Amino acid sequence: MELRGKAVIVTGASRGLGAALAEALGRAGARLVLISRDREALGSVVERIRAGGGEAHAVVADVSAPEAAARVAGTSGALVGPADVVIHNAGALGPIPLAPLADTSDADFEQALATNLLGPFRLTRALVGSMALRGRGTVVLVSSDAASTPYAGWGAYGVSKAALEHLGRIWDVELSASGVRFLTVDPGEMDTRMHREAVPEADPATLTRPEQAAERVVTLLREAA
Amino acid sequence: MKHAVQEIAAPVVEATGRLLHLDPRRGTLADTRIDALPELLRPGDLLVVNDAATLPASLHGVVGGEPVELRLAGEETDGTWRAVAFGAGDWRTPTESRPPPPTLAPGDVLHLGPGLRARVVDRSEVSERLLRIRFETPRERLWAALYQHGRPVQYAYESAPLPLARVQTPYAARPWASEMPSAGRPLRLELLARIRARGVGIASLTHAAGLSSTGDPALDVALPLPERYEIPASTVAAVALARRSGGRVVAVGTTVVRALEGAARSGGGDLRPGSGVTDLRIGQGFEPRVVNGLLSGIHARESSHFELLSAFLPGAFALLYTLHVITGGYRGHEFGDSTLVLG
Repeated sequence: MELRGKAVIVTGASRGLGAALAEALGRAGARLVLISRDREALGSVVERIRAGGGEAHAVVADVSAPEAAARVAGTSGALVGPADVVIHNAGALGPIPLAPLADTSDADFEQALATNLLGPFRLTRALVGSMALRGRGTVVLVSSDAASTPYAGWGAYGVSKAALEHLGRIWDVELSASGVRFLTVDPGEMDTRMHREAVPEADPATLTRPEQAAERVVTLLREAA
Repeated sequence: MKHAVQEIAAPVVEATGRLLHLDPRRGTLADTRIDALPELLRPGDLLVVNDAATLPASLHGVVGGEPVELRLAGEETDGTWRAVAFGAGDWRTPTESRPPPPTLAPGDVLHLGPGLRARVVDRSEVSERLLRIRFETPRERLWAALYQHGRPVQYAYESAPLPLARVQTPYAARPWASEMPSAGRPLRLELLARIRARGVGIASLTHAAGLSSTGDPALDVALPLPERYEIPASTVAAVALARRSGGRVVAVGTTVVRALEGAARSGGGDLRPGSGVTDLRIGQGFEPRVVNGLLSGIHARESSHFELLSAFLPGAFALLYTLHVITGGYRGHEFGDSTLVLG
């Protein structure tokens, strides 16, 4: 896929992998709509992309909120036109330190599902109709090996990511004939704030830099039909 | 467009999925279901939909200390907006019973929420409720602010306010519509896939569907106001292909009829891709040049939708239709049942 001129939405774009993805896509010439709850941090990502000659727009929204999908889809449609690509990168780990399932509250479990599963479901649903009508579109789901490996303490997160991957598989069988493609990526263990909070003892030298992971996702998108 | 649906059964929140099929060639009416739409189409036919998303077009605020509601009626090519102003109250009061807005003059500033201000540019001669305004908020912040403070235009016949997601068609893209292009609401993706699988083409255009009601009779008769549209080259090609192969072009919604017929007229009979503004009014006696059939809602006499529907129906047939929707208990309004005129 030629990314120049494509309308791309990235959630969780204010830091970590999301910010790195936004910057890489900005360099590739995509027209970006970046989503985050953090107005200030998102603003600096947008500024950096614009300083490099790219196009980026900030939309402050919490993807876990039920009303966010229509708002994000509408604002994005107004700013850059119908979406060609959406990257569901926003993720919620839950309270730190990570707690075993037996000590996880309803509210914390539900919040992880709302951010990691329901948010991507609703935003995808708001966008795929237009993609299917146009016969093209790509939905990227950012997952984790916690989706398949049961790590103690990563319960709500792992369950939500496993469900997210299955969500992608079902979307794919339902919509691949319409020209909408679903890609699930596991960026691996990255040197991000989320990872530092979850695994403070990890040696940063052993972790992937978000910029490297972002380049791999951009390559994947370029190679996608 | 103006509604006059008093004689039609009250709407329900969930659609009933009924479809009334009128065949003007045979002079028949048939009660069926929207799920049967694929079988009513033939391979080679083309369905054209309006992919405009519905704006959060209703903004509440104050001007000179007095409450005002603005309903955005469309963005102009120069970046100003048309808007209709209402006085105190909200959607729970039918628009025709709402008090008039405070008197507004060019230069007046409307405060529509934190970070969202607009200035009156001018006022229409048709109605002092119809304004042209300019938002004093930069474009990017404007869209964020509109989606933060705006709500979709609501309907007094509903019991609770509709969230923005509920007033979108399944394939909504750019937010151009002041109210939902509701004819397409029943076209779920599964139904569209079955239509495609039958060898029927599906193409789209974007048309800025306007407001259905303004509360001012003088302005209501002037509806629909000129509306902008954009027709992609792929849709023009699909229409040409359908016509060459003897297929029928079926418009989903009166807005699609306006866009296609308006564009064909401004092109001297030829449909060309691109954007434009149409002030075309379609009624009895109008001869469509592009469109052969129409999927729409259920419309009562004296509504402008009904007027447009009449263009596709011989005179006596329109009366028969009206009787049938009443005796058959068909449901009108945005979330009601559907009419297919196709022969």
